Amino acid sequence: MASNYVDFRQLPLSLRERVRGEGILSTLLALWLAMLLFASPAEAGPRIEHWTLANGTRVYFVEAHDIPMVQLRLVFDSAASRDPVGKSGLALMTNRLLHEGAGGLDAGEIARRFERLGAEYGQDAGRDMAVVELRSLSEARLLQPALELLALIVRQPDFPAGAFERERARSLIALQRDLANPAAVVQKTFYRELYGSHPYAADPPGDPDSLKALTRDDLVAHYRRYYVGRNAVLVIVGDLTRRQANRMANTVAGDLPAGEIAAPLPKVTNGKGIKRAIAFPAKQTHVRIGMPVLVRNDPDLFPLYVGNYILGGGGLVSRLADEVREKRGYAYSVYSYFQPMREAGPFVLGLQTKNTQKADALKVVRRVLDEFIAKGPTAKELEDAKKHLVGGYPLKLAGNRKIADQVAYIAFYELPLDWLDTFTARVETVTVEQIRDAFQRRVRLNELVTVTVGGR
Amino acid sequence: MHEIPVRRLVIATGLLLLTACATGTPGRSSAVHETTLANGLRVIVKEDHRAPVVVSEVWYRVGSIDEPEGITGVSHVLEHMMFKGTKRLKPNEFSRIIAANGGTENAFTSHNYTGYFQMLERSRLPVALELEAERMHNLRLDPVEYRKEIRVVMEERRLRIEDRPEQQVDERFMATAYRVSPYRHPVIGLMRDLENMKVEDLRRWYDRFYSPSNATLVVVGDVDPQEVFALARKYFGPIPARANNHPVLPAEPPQTESRRVRLKLPAEVPYLVMGYHAPSHTAHRESWEPYALYVLAGILDGGNSARFPTDLVRGRRIAASAGVGYFPVSRGTTLFMAEAHPAQGHTIEDLERAIRDQFERLKREPVGADELARVKAQVAAADVYARDSIYMQARKLASYATIGLDWRQADAFVRHIQAVTPEQVQTVARRYLIDSNLTVAVLDPLPMDPGKKKRRPAMEGRHGQ
Repeated sequence: MASNYVDFRQLPLSLRERVRGEGILSTLLALWLAMLLFASPAEAGPRIEHWTLANGTRVYFVEAHDIPMVQLRLVFDSAASRDPVGKSGLALMTNRLLHEGAGGLDAGEIARRFERLGAEYGQDAGRDMAVVELRSLSEARLLQPALELLALIVRQPDFPAGAFERERARSLIALQRDLANPAAVVQKTFYRELYGSHPYAADPPGDPDSLKALTRDDLVAHYRRYYVGRNAVLVIVGDLTRRQANRMANTVAGDLPAGEIAAPLPKVTNGKGIKRAIAFPAKQTHVRIGMPVLVRNDPDLFPLYVGNYILGGGGLVSRLADEVREKRGYAYSVYSYFQPMREAGPFVLGLQTKNTQKADALKVVRRVLDEFIAKGPTAKELEDAKKHLVGGYPLKLAGNRKIADQVAYIAFYELPLDWLDTFTARVETVTVEQIRDAFQRRVRLNELVTVTVGGR
Repeated sequence: MHEIPVRRLVIATGLLLLTACATGTPGRSSAVHETTLANGLRVIVKEDHRAPVVVSEVWYRVGSIDEPEGITGVSHVLEHMMFKGTKRLKPNEFSRIIAANGGTENAFTSHNYTGYFQMLERSRLPVALELEAERMHNLRLDPVEYRKEIRVVMEERRLRIEDRPEQQVDERFMATAYRVSPYRHPVIGLMRDLENMKVEDLRRWYDRFYSPSNATLVVVGDVDPQEVFALARKYFGPIPARANNHPVLPAEPPQTESRRVRLKLPAEVPYLVMGYHAPSHTAHRESWEPYALYVLAGILDGGNSARFPTDLVRGRRIAASAGVGYFPVSRGTTLFMAEAHPAQGHTIEDLERAIRDQFERLKREPVGADELARVKAQVAAADVYARDSIYMQARKLASYATIGLDWRQADAFVRHIQAVTPEQVQTVARRYLIDSNLTVAVLDPLPMDPGKKKRRPAMEGRHGQ
């Protein structure tokens, strides 16, 4: 609020902003991406133990005894990409309703029970991942009841009709607020234009028509289909032994039915250079440029990530920041990133600038991008990028929550368990030639989608 | 801490946390070490050896409340210019060096202070300290760089305030709640002041406030305190001492009548902000008052079982969202605030009445033992969780030190919260949540597209089954 307003020199992306903007995937992803950029051959990641429960739930555990706490994250492949046509918002609404009533307890009673234990419960769903999260002290008399309550929420949600109506009404208000927010308008339009008829096109919270079309039966059906063992991963980081962690995993997820793994998502078909300009009563124009590019195991992943750090990922020291902000003062925030997803996630370039400067800023951005794709980085830029990505590796694993973020990503996308250990070595092997080649093949200028939202 | 949005007050604040449930695990709390250099720079170090990383923060006791009319926003513009070159560093070279050392960095300005921080692998700490020392006394303030950077700040103001109707309401709210005190000014500054600002204004501001004795260095991480003290002496020791020259802040006259302001702006959903002048850790009648208000905030909005979500969102369904905010780490007084959006079919007036009823109930009846125990358990647990982040640990130490409090007071936070009684919560409600002390600001939406009629209600037609 106003009285607590703090201006940062650079927008710090809070978790909430990221989740609102692009779904939790981008949150986890941004963290992972940062980590990805930060590995070092000399420093191994945390020791990840992995096993599978009888019902197929995959468990990933990192033992950490420094703080008497446990960080737990349960991830289901049941996010917005699973929404049926015309029912977007279903996955997020299902996820939101879990703690609104379970095993006969109402929302208030569930919250009271967590809160008097000092436990913190959270949930969210983006395009790929639907997440249920718990943070608790590790003392058994506090931890055990918190775990049992969590199990009740994921195993016996009631989806009370009244709570569903209330939460839908609140979501509709939130969507209506978004209409006055150019940042929300540009983000939603951009994904729609990028993905067309693919499930990634829809905004995870849905739209007014799709929300109104949802029924309680839809939620129950979605829950029964997707909140099952074979479709779940459970990440535990904290003050536990492996034996305790296994008991805990069985408490939380052991009673889920095995069910079936979610079907493969449709492939993304690339677009053809759409340009959309949306008139909006604002002083600034918000710009997004991009196209679908990356899946999680893509062989071009490392050259594209390291290259993007140089292009627009490195905060205030990237080429985009230098040309747009530092040299010309055109924008407060200008950036680019790749977001690998289960199917092709986007390359995104974004900025905001006052309306009268829009054309000039766009020209600069396109020139920077064209030149980077044509020539790639300089040897010096690559060397500095590697120093940053390798030298800062330990930052990304400093703390239980950060470790849980990374491990959840590895677990959900079934990356090798030594992913963190080998990361810096793979960053080190990237060459100027590989970056140029990967950008030329994957970021095709004639296929880029450009969306602007703003005034004249 | 201070920049955390209202809704997340209780879960997210580094301050509020304590050790759970009376017998909760105290855990291994590492000691804080402190020294002051001959030139007045205060140095505070906390060890945390869980990971080979370190956070380094330099905070200056200067913020928007120090600014006179006409140059509002100068502290924040100066913060931007701190990256734009010194005697030995080219523009942006500071950031390039930190980046090439694997570090991440940022800076921030608030009403009360200006802070700079870097997070690095432990062995790179000297790099950060050398750079911070350089810009503490050798800033260049080049006019060419200034002309570009002031445009960046104007874009920032457009992004954060001018294209966001609710933030405009917040800005107007502050200018209404405070008539004299500089808390009435936005941290980012008024646009006309940014347009008229000169690089000379920044030069004067820098010379006046960026001295070692007006700053605090806080280092948290995998370090040895004596080594950090030695590094601090090496890099910051040679900076000459200078007298501090803080303005005498005009005191806000006591408010004697409620105040209201209504903004009609293109927007979609009405928005309500309410605020009462309230005591802080530095300005209060009795030192327990801020803790009692903190607990009161937790009673209303400290989780999904608190009164606002229970009564206003789920029970009466009068609010689509409702939260409170209270931030006692301030150099002057502070505000106890509520903000809310009405649910469909309810007016702002209904909502305000419902929120005031909640305040009245707090005055009428002591809070229940269960509710109080719940807030205390949350604060205790959150104190343990906060140890997971060296960044949050550093911010807590730096904010207390910078507003002029002993950091030991931050460490005692949980203890003070545990001591709060139902009577004290009732007392602060009766003392401060009163009409003559209230300011209300309302966003009254106009059509986004002036050519069109007002948007139809969000909820109509089929409701599912």
